Amino acid sequence: MILTRAFWQPHRIVLAAIAIAIVVFCAVTLRWDWVPKYLPLAAQGLWRTIWILLTSVVLGLMLAIPLGLAQAVGPWFLAWPARAFCTVIRGTPLLLQLWLLYYGLGSLFPQIPWIRQSDLWPILRQAWPYGLLALTLSFAGYEGEVMRGAFKGVPKGQLEAAKAMGMPRFTTLRRIWLPQALHRVLPTLGGETVLQLKATPLVATITVVDIYAVASRVRQDTFLTYEPLLLLALVYMAVTAVIVVIFRWFERRVPTRVA
Amino acid sequence: MKKLALTALAALMLSGAAMAETVKVGIAAEPYPPFASPDASGKWTGWEVDLIGAVCKAAEMECEIVPVAWDGIIPALTAGQIDAIMASMSITEERLKTIDFSNKYYNTPTVIVAAKGGDIAATPEGLAGKILGVQVSTIHEAYAQKHFAGSVAEIKVYQTQDEANQDLVAGRIDATQADSIALDAFLASAEGAACCEVKGAVADDPDVLGLGVGVGLRKGEDALKEKFNAGIAKVLEDGTYEAISKRYFASSIYGG
Repeated sequence: MILTRAFWQPHRIVLAAIAIAIVVFCAVTLRWDWVPKYLPLAAQGLWRTIWILLTSVVLGLMLAIPLGLAQAVGPWFLAWPARAFCTVIRGTPLLLQLWLLYYGLGSLFPQIPWIRQSDLWPILRQAWPYGLLALTLSFAGYEGEVMRGAFKGVPKGQLEAAKAMGMPRFTTLRRIWLPQALHRVLPTLGGETVLQLKATPLVATITVVDIYAVASRVRQDTFLTYEPLLLLALVYMAVTAVIVVIFRWFERRVPTRVA
Repeated sequence: MKKLALTALAALMLSGAAMAETVKVGIAAEPYPPFASPDASGKWTGWEVDLIGAVCKAAEMECEIVPVAWDGIIPALTAGQIDAIMASMSITEERLKTIDFSNKYYNTPTVIVAAKGGDIAATPEGLAGKILGVQVSTIHEAYAQKHFAGSVAEIKVYQTQDEANQDLVAGRIDATQADSIALDAFLASAEGAACCEVKGAVADDPDVLGLGVGVGLRKGEDALKEKFNAGIAKVLEDGTYEAISKRYFASSIYGG
């Protein structure tokens, strides 16, 4: 794609030139001697960021599908809790949820002796499970709402046709309803995944050493302000670009023509 | 009446402008009792806050307390947002590369606190395989990275000492290293008294632990440094230092 002529339009050439100029300027004028020392730590941090992002998006989406379905067509005893969950998650700051889980729930566990003695304790005393849980619940809350709209947006005729053909309800969901709903939300999902990426630095506040935490550490060790932050911005932009490309690819693979 | 008020206001503003330029003294925005913490109304109180007032008065300076995030307090000083740091910042070689310091105004030992009982000691062997919590960019973090990194299972870094203390109570870390005074305040609280105790002071290392706490200043501002030094000397001499210390501590914390 990058080598084709269509890609190199004038505005892209100008943007690329500006980007290169900025990079060269920063490389020449700022201090970068700390980079080799922190590279292993940064690689670890980046891996942790990506790992937390992927896991929370996949798990969150798996939770979002039943949440959306329950709100769209579920009976009231499923729809109401699902709606309440989405409202609470979307109505409170993620940082608050994270701290409630880590400093709230997490400090209740050790007071219960059998948890402290169980095999789960070495995991429960770490910080990442709380970070992952908070990010997953948050993603599920937002996407549950998106999926509700998507399920409702699939043309009724499609479902009625499936029913008329004698297709079982679950098969209808699996082969017609869910694929069309997912296809509708793919562009939204791409954007939400990028937003989720930018929510991950919050885990640094509960001692998870992600890429943001590494940049903070460099700032604190070296008293440099711009260099680590600029590099961090570049890393997040690169990851965002990868996410965008992946979702484009998905969007192109899924046929737009409905059966 | 209105006119009178306006005149009074103008007079106030004029007298304000006529006074010497205010010295902006940066303190850490994160509470660090009993040295500096905001009370219920948001007013900063504590030993260090009182000392700032006393030193500024002794040196005949107009001071304004400016809370700055601890992890950005040195850049804030070098960028000119504040003129001095009085936030329990130890004088260390590493910091002296970037900023200057006044003479020390207190010096207290560094201790390890852990759950009661157990076999933890304030030595690399005594902490082998344990999880140690420290506050970010403190001398304690530097000390832990230098002396304990080889033997402990993990060094966890917190934004504030309070968070490290909470996690110690919650059992997510096995021990924490900090200034003895700061940890005494935690051990005096109900939570701290129930769970933990001092396991001993760590072996001294002036290279990392520094030479006590001083006023952080921009390099080259020798006039201001002299003023602070004179102010510190004066409050030590005239008994103000001791009077302030008595309000918060059992004994003087000036140290050797």
